Amino acid sequence: MIQQLNFGDLLPYWDVFARGLVFTIVLTLTSTVAGIGLGTAGAWARTFGPKWAGALTRAYVEVIRNTPFIVQLFFIFFGLPALGVKLSEDVAAFIAMVINLGAYSTEIIRAGIQAVPKGHLEAGVSLAMSRWEVFRYIVLKQAFMKVYPALSSQIIIVMLGSAVVSQISAEDLTYAANYIQSRNFRAFEVYIVAAVLYLMLAIGLRALLRGIGRAIFPKG
Amino acid sequence: MSDFSFWIILQNLLLATRWTILLSLIAFVSGGIVGLALLLARVSHNRALRIASIGYIELFQGTPLLMQLFLFFFGVALFGIEVSPWIAAWLALTFWTSAFLAEIWRGCVESIPKGQWEASESLAFSYGEQMRYVILPQALRIAVAPTVGFSVQVVKGTALASIIGFVELTKAGTMLNNVTFRPFLVYSLVALIYFALCFPLSWYSKRLEGRLNVAR
Repeated sequence: MIQQLNFGDLLPYWDVFARGLVFTIVLTLTSTVAGIGLGTAGAWARTFGPKWAGALTRAYVEVIRNTPFIVQLFFIFFGLPALGVKLSEDVAAFIAMVINLGAYSTEIIRAGIQAVPKGHLEAGVSLAMSRWEVFRYIVLKQAFMKVYPALSSQIIIVMLGSAVVSQISAEDLTYAANYIQSRNFRAFEVYIVAAVLYLMLAIGLRALLRGIGRAIFPKG
Repeated sequence: MSDFSFWIILQNLLLATRWTILLSLIAFVSGGIVGLALLLARVSHNRALRIASIGYIELFQGTPLLMQLFLFFFGVALFGIEVSPWIAAWLALTFWTSAFLAEIWRGCVESIPKGQWEASESLAFSYGEQMRYVILPQALRIAVAPTVGFSVQVVKGTALASIIGFVELTKAGTMLNNVTFRPFLVYSLVALIYFALCFPLSWYSKRLEGRLNVAR
């Protein structure tokens, strides 16, 4: 027996969906910026940084990449308060996303850095550029150009992964869907709409990232 | 309540780990089978098949795994069939895994030089024979490392099955935490067990990748 689908019951809840959507977008954008920043720092530590920083970064990357995001989230939200670090669900979600993306982007950016020919570094040094200038203007730019597509896919994966933050009651799109279906019991319709919204977000984000890529790297 | 010693917590978590491993294995195998069919559709000469498989892959790669789990868990019930968390988790992970594996394997197939296609065609191989005897055996060699790498994502993906009530490692962690109120210890152990499952796979994948580069 197939129950009649009824999407009309969702209409009164459009504002709940909208709020969840905005939360997911803001969370994704802010944690992307911070996560790429962390990843850049991590990649620097792995390639140009002191040995101890490289080793520490490597351990961080391996731990994050080999544990599920939901466990990282629970650890930060439920585990850390035991040490006296109390975080609101929004802040915990943000931190978990940044730490997660930071680990993946460290590896991605590091691969880009290592693909920069050594002659370019020597050329930079011979032009009397400081170590920092060489890193900033020669290494980083080329590295980002090379790994930009990989970085873009990782950002989209992290955006989709953010659905999990609903589990610590951060009020994202999935939380909105759960809330609505607990009110009108139209579970299937609600999750279909949420899934379509996520799909549109993924497609939109991909287009946005491609546009940004074209603007920053005109030739590539 | 707090007479749960460290060892009892660890023991219970390890018992639940069996279900994580079993679900991962089942999802990986069935995802691989569906993924192979999807791959063949994706690289076939039939336009309709190609478009259908692209749509499938976009759909499952473009939506959160959690949404897919919810849809299978609540959606199939709509047809009057009672779905256990087991079945829902298995179905969702299979679809999700197959989309990613098909896309990974497509990259491997497309990396086979065009000359291989042309050479086998000039030997009067049919499309099926080309695939079976020339392209897939070579693609397989390249595919092993990224496939092992993706298995890590499958193991981590099973953690989401906890949300629909499937009692595996993460769910066991949540339940133990509710009883013992020792979240720091419990979630540290949970993370450690996942790490013990995933790290060898990551390491092996990286090693295979290195070996492949040497061979070239």
